Amino acid sequence: MSSNKRFGRLVVGFVAVSLVAAACSSGGSGGSKGTVNIAVNPWVGYEADAAVVAYLLEKELGYTVVKKDLAEDVSWQGFESGEVDVILENWGHPDLEKTYITEKKVAMDAGQTGNVGIIGWFVPKWMVDENPDITDYKNLNKYADLFKTSESGNLGEFLGTDPSYVQYDEALITNLGLNFKVRFTGSEAATVEAIKQADAQKKPLLAYWWDPHWLNAVVPLVRVNLPAYTAGCDADLEKVACDYPEYKLNKIIRVGFNEKGGDAATFIKNFNWTNKDQNVVADYITNGNMTPEAAAEKWVKANEAIWKAWMP
Amino acid sequence: MMSAIPRRRIPATRRFWAVALAIGAVALYIAFAGQWTLPHNNDAPFFERLNDFRAWIDANRNSNPILVVLIVGVRTAMGALFTGYLGILQVLTWPGLTVIAGGLGLLVGGRRLGGLLLSGFLSFGVLGLWDRSIETLAMTFAAVTISLLIGIPVGIQAGRSVRFYSAIRPILDVMQIMPTYAYLAPFALIFLIGPTTGAIVTLIYAIPPAVRITALGIRGVAPATVEAATSLGATRRQLLAKVQLPMARRTIVLGINQTIMMALSMVVITALVDTPGLGKNLIKAIQISNVGVAFDAGLAIVIMAIMLDRLTTRASERVDPARAGGAEGPSRQLRLAVLVASVAAVLVGTFVIDGGQFPTTIGFSFREPINAAVSWVSLNLYFATEWAKNAATYGLINPIQYTLTNAPWWLVGGVISALAVVVGGIRPALITALCLLGILGIQLWEHSMQTLTLVLVATLLTLVIGLVLGILSARSDVFSAILRPVLDAAQTMPAFVYLLPAVALFGATRFSGIVAAIIFAVPPVIRLVEIGIRTVPATVREAGVSAGATASQLLRKVELPLALPALLVATNQGIILVLSMVVVGGLIGAGGLGYDVVAGFVRRDFFGEGLAAAFAIVLLGIMLDRITQSAGSTRARDPSASAGDDTATAPAAG
Amino acid sequence: MQTAQTDRSTGVEPTIAVRGLWKIFGPAETKISGSPLLELSNSEFRLQTGSTIAVRDVSFDVRAGEVFVVMGLSGSGKSTLVRCLTRLIEPSLGQVLLDGEDIRAADQERLRELRRRRFSMVFQNFGLLPHRRVIDNVAFGLEIRGDARGPRLARAREMCELVGLGTYMDSFPEQLSGGQQQRVGLARALAGDPEVMFFDEPFSALDPLIRRDMQNEVIRLHHEVGKTMVFITHDLAEALKLGDHIVIMRDGRIVQAGSPEELVGAPADDYVADFVQDVAKANILTLRWIMRPALPDDELDGPEFPPTTIIRDALSVAAQTEKPIRVVEGDQLLGVVDRRQILGAITGPDGIPE
Repeated sequence: MSSNKRFGRLVVGFVAVSLVAAACSSGGSGGSKGTVNIAVNPWVGYEADAAVVAYLLEKELGYTVVKKDLAEDVSWQGFESGEVDVILENWGHPDLEKTYITEKKVAMDAGQTGNVGIIGWFVPKWMVDENPDITDYKNLNKYADLFKTSESGNLGEFLGTDPSYVQYDEALITNLGLNFKVRFTGSEAATVEAIKQADAQKKPLLAYWWDPHWLNAVVPLVRVNLPAYTAGCDADLEKVACDYPEYKLNKIIRVGFNEKGGDAATFIKNFNWTNKDQNVVADYITNGNMTPEAAAEKWVKANEAIWKAWMP
Repeated sequence: MMSAIPRRRIPATRRFWAVALAIGAVALYIAFAGQWTLPHNNDAPFFERLNDFRAWIDANRNSNPILVVLIVGVRTAMGALFTGYLGILQVLTWPGLTVIAGGLGLLVGGRRLGGLLLSGFLSFGVLGLWDRSIETLAMTFAAVTISLLIGIPVGIQAGRSVRFYSAIRPILDVMQIMPTYAYLAPFALIFLIGPTTGAIVTLIYAIPPAVRITALGIRGVAPATVEAATSLGATRRQLLAKVQLPMARRTIVLGINQTIMMALSMVVITALVDTPGLGKNLIKAIQISNVGVAFDAGLAIVIMAIMLDRLTTRASERVDPARAGGAEGPSRQLRLAVLVASVAAVLVGTFVIDGGQFPTTIGFSFREPINAAVSWVSLNLYFATEWAKNAATYGLINPIQYTLTNAPWWLVGGVISALAVVVGGIRPALITALCLLGILGIQLWEHSMQTLTLVLVATLLTLVIGLVLGILSARSDVFSAILRPVLDAAQTMPAFVYLLPAVALFGATRFSGIVAAIIFAVPPVIRLVEIGIRTVPATVREAGVSAGATASQLLRKVELPLALPALLVATNQGIILVLSMVVVGGLIGAGGLGYDVVAGFVRRDFFGEGLAAAFAIVLLGIMLDRITQSAGSTRARDPSASAGDDTATAPAAG
Repeated sequence: MQTAQTDRSTGVEPTIAVRGLWKIFGPAETKISGSPLLELSNSEFRLQTGSTIAVRDVSFDVRAGEVFVVMGLSGSGKSTLVRCLTRLIEPSLGQVLLDGEDIRAADQERLRELRRRRFSMVFQNFGLLPHRRVIDNVAFGLEIRGDARGPRLARAREMCELVGLGTYMDSFPEQLSGGQQQRVGLARALAGDPEVMFFDEPFSALDPLIRRDMQNEVIRLHHEVGKTMVFITHDLAEALKLGDHIVIMRDGRIVQAGSPEELVGAPADDYVADFVQDVAKANILTLRWIMRPALPDDELDGPEFPPTTIIRDALSVAAQTEKPIRVVEGDQLLGVVDRRQILGAITGPDGIPE
């Protein structure tokens, strides 16, 4: 017993010593100008944005960057709790903008990324070659049998993706009277896999898909024409019967970060590039077997002219 | 001698009712199929009400005084605890922490344990996961601290008062049956994302073992000792402090061990609410469908689990009052040496090694080989995986799901309740009926039936595989010895890890969810089957052989019937584990309630549906647990069955 | 070694003939045939090979219809021996012949057939199936060998009646007392109408009183059904009570074989003598064993008995007369027995004059 106590005292002493040691050292290593919390939404295009922004923040501006893998809606919550400073690629979300920008006033628009986002329904090009009229949604029921799978039963299968993405395919299918059933792959990667497989094995496929994406340069996909988007046609998500709009992707930052983020905030507001740039980095990450850091480094080395313009 | 109390076969009358029930059900199904169904409605009023509730919380989080106190108070406290632990671990630097861990192992458990801890911590760095591992460790410590602060006092009370224990027991049951995944969203709503929510959610999971095992320890103190102390005039407080607690010390430390293991397994999953740590790598791995990334992180978690397990187990042996007298503690010199080495390591880490970063030059990852193996299998065994998927989907999943969703709801509910009567009696049947009515009220009937389908199919396959492998390992010591470490590892791996190979091999389908669930649930089933068969008395087996039974007759007529109690416990455990995993399968296209929870978690407009689905999952869990457990207890009140009682609902640690 | 053994070579082929049977547990088992190692003592053998000799060069005959008892203390190899006879344990060396057929040569199928139709066994711990009713336990062997449900239940019912379990047929084993449970074991063993029944210490788990009941039950059944029985026991009284022929085992080998009275009357060595020392000899020995030659001064007009008379049965007559009892076979006077001898048989070996 008594030796236990003595041991306890030793431990306490030891902890004290190490705390002192640590306190001394933290002064030395603290060269960072601050920490930037970047929400990373689960698609590789976004990851490309985050990789380049983080790389430049760290290497050029001397900030510490914490990347947080979060779904879109969850990222917005992070503005309120202070866990998130930046969303780098925002796809619309008028409802979230209303809550967090207009009502709670914890977030703000930080300008466009320069990327133009397209969401839609896509089929492989070979299907269009065989059945040219398949690109009209009115003819989809005619081909529904082609899309039957073990998961969809009597209906055709519509391949949904990550449930966290902006989407209203189930409502569209109902409201357009289509005999299809949505199967959610759960992630971008699983959708990519399914599309690649459908292409390689000539399996019919109708999927939720988007641009910018590196895969569009690898597998030719053709968009199915839904009733055209008109302003406000997607206001009521239960009654929606029109295509997705074209998104001018933008950045959202925390109001507090805007005020105290200094150079980092300015830099992020300046960040702006093209779909092509993003696809290059995304391709490095996915197919070049590079870490996001390595991919960013490669792009940064090759495109100094572009990113110099973002510097504060 | 046979120790078990009689097992009755189902009496003839009960068999008659079972047959009548089957015939009646089929007739009613034929007559009413397609009517009184409850197709899913994404905009059910109940979901809307939950959405309104969400909106209210969201709007009032910072203005309603109760919410402010609750949220700010808890958030601050938990956040401070986590950052405190993390700060200490980081400040010690990687060389310091590694040496300290090794030294602690050396002092507590001798050279082997010291070596294990030392190399374990080094492996975090080698795998390139040092920072993430430390975060997970800090999260686990934070959650365990609170769990014990709550669990041990409650457990002591439960150990001293039978009435109190039976009052809280159903709550503990529910806390453990509830699939982890289900309560992330509601807590994230209130406490927002971040480590706080992660820690709170972890508490729910980690407190029950702390309570149960503490209570067990207190109750386990020999009544004669308690009587002796009482007769000497000890007050209740003295009794507790001087008799019960010291004597229960070993059990309580074992409880701490269980609490740590549970917390660790849960902390990983809370990465979905932005809890830092290794779980993040798993989430990422799922997003990018990279089995190798998940494997590295999973491996680190397994290593951490093994280290914490061994350390606390050894610690529990050391506090055993029966042994403490004899065991020589480490010598003073050794302690001093460890202390000096630790301080030196911390100083080296702080001043010599740059920024405390683990050198990236000594890195090793299983990513490439694992990914290569997976892509080889998915490329070359495509025909086999496709065949298995289609066989299960067309042969089992589709027909069962069709029947369950196409039958009138009252028929499904009636048949399940009636089955509960046949299997377990009136009480479980009542609970079953109530749960089903609850699901009805929640307006998630169709999705619940889809999930039930997956649970049934996965449980069936789990039992078949578990039986086959369990029988094989009961038959062959060699096979058993080979299988055991595989099972250990499989039970320690976080369940998340299994999603990835399933997706890689079977695509984002319901079958993938089932496969992941099978991998998750089959190890304990194998163990229980093996134990069940191995404990069949040798004489009974010999009697069978000497009567001229063939191997298969022996199995069917002697061993399996005698192993029935163990098989029923296995079914109960299996079905609960399967449920919790099938739900997680929502992440990879398994649909049903699991998808609702996933969607509700990531999309505001689906919050109500997701929360409702979480309730539905809990109701399904209670229902399945009650039915299978009552089947176990009416068939056989066997020691193994009652021993399983306290742990049956606790999914494997890891 | 085997002194005073009655001649058992009757010319009739024995039901079971065991020849040179060995059982060795351990790695040496497979490579031992003909090895000089077999000459070693048990402890030497274990030292040199790491293996244990459980049964050592055992030979005997079991004749049709007799109760053949193997007696020995625990560890003497008797349970291993009986399991070797039905190959529940595979013998290492030697022969086991059932009606001339070498059991060791039987393939699995043949062996099963033998077990299903010609052998049966009663176990020390009963080995009942707790999930089956008594009647289903009794019918188990019949079910295993594929008898139809109707006939096998009828036969099982008959067997339950035979062993006195008529009212318990629908009970479960745990609801029965130990003695009743072993009756189930008996009925199960009888149900297949086997030629030979093996009993492996069937009553040692029972209370003494119940044990006596069960022994009587076996005697009764033996009279009624006339099976050949091989009975293993560690209880000498049981062996003497039931056995027509007894072998005593020690350290894996047979120390003595013979009829009960041969064992009691002429123990082959100190080990057996130790065993039989406390036996009530009057109940076992016949007059042949205690008679002495008639002396000239004996009064030879006392009562007359044949030499096969058990001492106990001569007691009451001996008590009523002062004269020695005459032991007469045919019309030849073999010898006489006086009170001194009878008293010696009752009180123990010290009382017997040399």
